[in-house]
Amino acid sequence: MRAISLVAGAVFKESVRDRVPYSMVGFAVLLIAASYLISQLTAGQDLKIIKDLGLAAISWFGLLIAIFIGIGLVSKEVERRSVYSLLTKPLSRDQFILGKYAGLVFTLVVNLSAMTLALALLLAYMNAVAPPEVKAGWSAPALDPRLLTAVVLTVAELTIVTAIALFFSTFSSPLLSALLTFGLWVAGHFNQDLRNFESVVNAPAVAWIMRGLYYLLPNLAPFNLRAEAVHAVDVPIRDVLLTLAYAACYVAVLLVGAIAIFRRRDFK
Amino acid sequence: MAAAIEIEELSKDFLTGFWRPRPYRALDRLTLSVDEGEVFGFLGPNGAGKSTTLKLLMQLLYPTTGSARILGRPAGDLAVKRRVGFLPENPSFYDHLTGEELLTYFARLFGLRGAGATSRVARVLDDVGLGAERRLRLRQYSKGMVQRVGLAQALVNEPDVVFLDEPMSGLDPLGRRHVRQLMLRLRDRGCTVFFSSHILSDAESLCSRVGILAQGRLVASGRLSEILAFELRGWEVVVANLDDAVRARLEPQVRGITALAHGRYTIELAPDASPERFVHELAASGAQVVSLNPLRETLEDYFVQSVGAAAARETGL
Repeated sequence: MRAISLVAGAVFKESVRDRVPYSMVGFAVLLIAASYLISQLTAGQDLKIIKDLGLAAISWFGLLIAIFIGIGLVSKEVERRSVYSLLTKPLSRDQFILGKYAGLVFTLVVNLSAMTLALALLLAYMNAVAPPEVKAGWSAPALDPRLLTAVVLTVAELTIVTAIALFFSTFSSPLLSALLTFGLWVAGHFNQDLRNFESVVNAPAVAWIMRGLYYLLPNLAPFNLRAEAVHAVDVPIRDVLLTLAYAACYVAVLLVGAIAIFRRRDFK
Repeated sequence: MAAAIEIEELSKDFLTGFWRPRPYRALDRLTLSVDEGEVFGFLGPNGAGKSTTLKLLMQLLYPTTGSARILGRPAGDLAVKRRVGFLPENPSFYDHLTGEELLTYFARLFGLRGAGATSRVARVLDDVGLGAERRLRLRQYSKGMVQRVGLAQALVNEPDVVFLDEPMSGLDPLGRRHVRQLMLRLRDRGCTVFFSSHILSDAESLCSRVGILAQGRLVASGRLSEILAFELRGWEVVVANLDDAVRARLEPQVRGITALAHGRYTIELAPDASPERFVHELAASGAQVVSLNPLRETLEDYFVQSVGAAAARETGL
């Protein structure tokens, strides 16, 4: 456990000293601020627009961090040959993979927390300055707990994306890993269409393959609760917990796969 | 004395080619044993399989056949890793860390904490001559400094066995001397040193035993005193102010005369020649004798013979 946490700490330190995540967080904070300005132009919908754009910014910039750091987690170590020194220390290959994953998830949590805090501060300011008659027209309070649920599920979605990026990073180049990860993220959001493919195509074999793909590919649509949070629609806690459990299982399978590949790998 | 490293019939094939991959044998049935406390030089030309062997011992590569044991346990065992240090060829580390941070990270992986880790890191960095640069980021290090920090990370756990892949690479003459002294200090404290090199003078001055690898095969191994007969092969005299008439007169009596820079010549004599009489004759003819040296077989000669013989066997010539 100590070796895993040391590797995770090193990943976090590298990301702290890397300008990429910071620029992304800065950009996301700016976008949230810009959404406040845009909302000033839309009478009565300002709070919803801020929530919508804010949550979208958190999700998109989190995705960029997950993909762009995740794809280099292993392949960069191999390319720059730092893996030679690291793997000859008392550290198993399994611990290396788990440490890399934990480090990136921790980095994501810290970055998304910063973005969420920026959004919360903006919403708190709106709440403080809005007159009572305007507040009466809001369908949900400015600091609605549903927003936090949406962010938590965004983090859960990103843990899957990170695991996908790490999985591809164990055997392919950063560019290919980025393309495959992004492709799976897109497919994951349209996964439901594969399940009902027989209603579109009258070919049982194709429908069977699509059904198989439905179970194989990540189902990421349930992680998107942004619309529910913005429009104050309640989501049963059972659904949220099931979605989190699904994320844990999917991540576990991907990590087992990544470890199995990495264990067998030769470093020429 | 117990064996620190035991290699048995170790082979490694790499697949080459995209459409029809074919195995290429990089290491062929290597069997070797290195005793505890020994400095063993693993020599060979580029591409001989030295780095492949070291990576197999470090489990960065998996063998096609054969096995290796270090300190009595299988190579790659976590308990072995705790007692082993490794310097890869042309090492590369994390640019964003300072030398001190890198070594602290590695020291913690060995279970060192707090003040113990700090003092160990400071001592090892001083040992490799990087004490003053310990707070510089690695991206600011020169190639020689990266090589030194690579040595430091291999020694941070005070290993019982240390594997060094081309440890002198990228070092200036002062750095090389420093590393030679470091290796001798390691030997003096009982550490087994297994290092690969193609710089034969280093091996000659450091090793108790050497192994010579060519085209993936061990072509020779043994103690330097056994390998090199140290018998006299001739004499080499360097002279200045040698006029053409004297040179023409000497030519039939000697093995060869080679012109050097600044009007100097090297004259090679047979082993049974009398160098004292020859030097007197030269002085009497007005030439100035700069130096007189016996010629003995060197590790380089042995290396060239062994590698050349292996290449001849391979080509069937």
